[in-house]
Amino acid sequence: MSGSIRHLYVHLPFCAHRCGYCDFVTIVGRRGQHAAYVDGLLAELALERELLAPELETIFLGGGTPTFTQPRELERLLTTLPPAAEVTVEANPETVTPPLAALLRRNGVDRVSLGAQSFQPRLLAVLDRVAGPDDVRSAFYHLRDAGFDNISLDLIYGIPGQRPSDLDADIGEALALWPEHLSCYELEAKPGTRFTHAHGAELRRQAEAMEDYFERVVQTLVGAGYRWYETANFCRVDPRDLRSRHNLAYWRGRDYLGLGIGAVSTVSGERWRTTPRLGPYLAALGADRRPLREVEPLPDSVQREERVMLGLRLDEPLPLEAVATSLDPGALGRLERLGLARRVLGDGEAPAGADAGAVTLTTRGRLLGDGVTADLLA
Amino acid sequence: MDLDHIRNFSIIAHIDHGKSTLADRILELTKTVSGRDMRAQVLDTMELERERGITIKAQAVRVSWKAHELNLIDTPGHVDFTYEVSRSLQACEGAVLVVDAAQGVEAQTVANAYLAIENNLEIVPVVNKIDLPQADPDGAAAELAELVGGKPEDVLRISAKTGDGVAEVLDAVVERIPMPAGLVSPKAPPRALVFDSSYDQYRGVVAFVRVVDGSFAAREPLRAMAQGTRFEAEEAGFFAPTMKAADTLGAGEVGYVITGLKDVSRLRVGDTLTSERRPAAEPLPGYKDVKPMVFAGLFPTDSDDYPDLRDALERLKLNDAALFYEPETSQALGFGFRCGFLGLLHMEIVRERLEREFDLDLLVTAPNVAYRVLERDGDWLEVHNPAEMPRELDAVEEPYIRASIIVPKSYVGPVMELNNERRGRFDHMEYLSPERVLLAYELPLAEIVLDYYDQLKSRTRGYASFDYDVAGFREGQLARVDILIADEPVDALSMIVHREAAYSRGKALVERLRQEIPRQFFDVPVQAAIGSRVIARETVKAKRKDVLAKCYGGDITRKRKLLEKQKAGKRRMKQVGAVEVPQEAFLAVLNLNDGGKK
Repeated sequence: MSGSIRHLYVHLPFCAHRCGYCDFVTIVGRRGQHAAYVDGLLAELALERELLAPELETIFLGGGTPTFTQPRELERLLTTLPPAAEVTVEANPETVTPPLAALLRRNGVDRVSLGAQSFQPRLLAVLDRVAGPDDVRSAFYHLRDAGFDNISLDLIYGIPGQRPSDLDADIGEALALWPEHLSCYELEAKPGTRFTHAHGAELRRQAEAMEDYFERVVQTLVGAGYRWYETANFCRVDPRDLRSRHNLAYWRGRDYLGLGIGAVSTVSGERWRTTPRLGPYLAALGADRRPLREVEPLPDSVQREERVMLGLRLDEPLPLEAVATSLDPGALGRLERLGLARRVLGDGEAPAGADAGAVTLTTRGRLLGDGVTADLLA
Repeated sequence: MDLDHIRNFSIIAHIDHGKSTLADRILELTKTVSGRDMRAQVLDTMELERERGITIKAQAVRVSWKAHELNLIDTPGHVDFTYEVSRSLQACEGAVLVVDAAQGVEAQTVANAYLAIENNLEIVPVVNKIDLPQADPDGAAAELAELVGGKPEDVLRISAKTGDGVAEVLDAVVERIPMPAGLVSPKAPPRALVFDSSYDQYRGVVAFVRVVDGSFAAREPLRAMAQGTRFEAEEAGFFAPTMKAADTLGAGEVGYVITGLKDVSRLRVGDTLTSERRPAAEPLPGYKDVKPMVFAGLFPTDSDDYPDLRDALERLKLNDAALFYEPETSQALGFGFRCGFLGLLHMEIVRERLEREFDLDLLVTAPNVAYRVLERDGDWLEVHNPAEMPRELDAVEEPYIRASIIVPKSYVGPVMELNNERRGRFDHMEYLSPERVLLAYELPLAEIVLDYYDQLKSRTRGYASFDYDVAGFREGQLARVDILIADEPVDALSMIVHREAAYSRGKALVERLRQEIPRQFFDVPVQAAIGSRVIARETVKAKRKDVLAKCYGGDITRKRKLLEKQKAGKRRMKQVGAVEVPQEAFLAVLNLNDGGKK
């Protein structure tokens, strides 16, 4: 018997050290436990296997630092996972050596997401990043040398002390590498992190400057030939579709299964988060039981709301029919008049009923996406 | 009792100069209340009030002193209640004027003394608190003698706290204060002045009366002469200090009549009671109808509390005839009431009672005064709300006050400066003593209602004392300033200001609003305008970014919760045209001058 889920997320929590701004479930060091953890993942996969479709579309290995995992264990995991059309692994630049790049390549990985964040040593230090600018570049070349033709770079802007010229330099350095894909995030002060404690006040002060930064990022990358296909994501305009298929699944409201500590799954109107604690996780799976999970039911109305919230992050039109009952009837017209949203029909006809056609946001509308979404929802 | 054994008097004093302590000592000394019962009795009354919701104040207590019946009539202690003081004084022939030996004469003492003199009362000047180490009884006595036109030797020196000299005060009341005048004959058509009233939920309106002619008894059909209200007296009596029924209340006496009326508005203070069977030909001279001069909008911060606010105001009104209210709707603040008050303290008291006794959370708009506007047809229209004022004004009148300010002489300069800024007109200045000066000014009331008192206190390091009474309406160079948010006028923010101040006030308000209004999807102009002429303008710049960067599988729930919060925030916004303005923004602007008043 098999299920219908075509998207699998696997969490690899181990890191060499913890960066101050990070609020993911991470575990520093513990090299001795990597094998046990991979055993756990594989046991969990076996327990949930029946949820998965016979053929997966995407697998995403996130972290943590997946490439910090002991190479032998990483390889064991990759060879045991089912095949998928797109397999992405997140990597930190300092971990990417030629052997590692080769290991990923020979085990079916076809996409690497490289956490560059910045090319300024001063700003990388603020973020507690280990890698320097040269590490980013050499990691990128090692991946290219190993045959990767789909590499994504992560950049962070809004780092305390970052001047507009620093941002321009970071974008310039990234473009010089000409990656297939770029993710650009504004640094968020996540509550409870060391970073927020140290820099929260500075982040609040610079909030207004971030409006400029965001516009600058979008303008520069679009000008350089990238498609701004999601709020924070860009891909090269190319005969291939270089969007992240895995992440598109989230944004289109598809079901997905997450494996590992702290991993989130959304399956048939239910969302759950597996315990973030390593000990209980391993103990449960050692006894062939499901680890503890926190379950959140997703009624239809909530699913529609999420559909709008996520769908409006994309540059593709969001069909109205499925979500019409959750929308404020007057809002779309208002947003259209403000030049923030547009109603579109597939074949260019004039829109008919209230739930006919689809909605797409203008550039300004996308920059104001959260506010627009809040407006649009009833 | 025959008239020459009756004395009716009040104690008048500045707050904290010892009025209540003296009254307590008098009750003890005359054995009206024993020292031991004093506390118990007061407590009993309060419990009774709690249990039955009675709010009868002991307005006039009868005591016996050396074969005389003395009626001590209470007066409210504050500037806003001048009119209440004056009506209480009309029930008396004399007043004990108390001054703190350490503080000397204060502006309020002056105002009250003048009121007493205007009412032809005999004044018994008393310097209190002579036991205090910092007391200056000679200095205070000299000031007091100067004020009432007597000799310092005639000023009594007492300590109400220790009881020292209190007997002499009672002797002086008997000796110096004249006996009441009136027709004693039981056959004379009875007349009694209603000088105050109270409401008891079981017994209805209780009238506090001073009998002038004839006598009153229970079960007698009575009539209020001005209003024509008829009722049967359920009970007549006096306070000693609790209510004691009496067979009759005779000429010269002070007491109460329980009317059984269920509506306070049917018996106005100042009316004359007479007998239905033997009616008097002429009513007694009544009081001027007191009009509220200070107005403000009261809005519940939670619109669901509107019915509670209405009920609370109705109940307050039962015991506070001076309180005025009418429903007001504001597009920015929703449903509320425009309330009229005698003055700022009255407003504060009402607000505090509403919040404390009725547990309401209120938004009070900046107060304004009553205006008189000349209409096209030549009639004068009284306006209580800037939003109701015609946009183009031909002639407007505003209330002026006569202010008395007493300060140490070194602060005369700063006070004059303040009064000049506030459009004050200097009237005169007198030296109460070599050190202390009384400044008399005429000022527009509108200049007082904002932060005048705070300014006066801060510029004189707290030394100034201040009192006023209303002098009448005068023409003013006034303008209505409207505030527009995205070209929509906001009713709650309209204000009437002097033309010269219009620009700076408009600018200040508009700047403040610019800071308080959250940025929207579009530029929002915020303007101050007189008629169609814009006098100040600011722009709330459009928001350019409102989106969280990262959103993957593990973030969705958190993002959705943030979104729901954002939506809930929008729902709490007030809509001004297309602009969403949080209630807090109005609050910040309207309470602009609220700082440190309590």
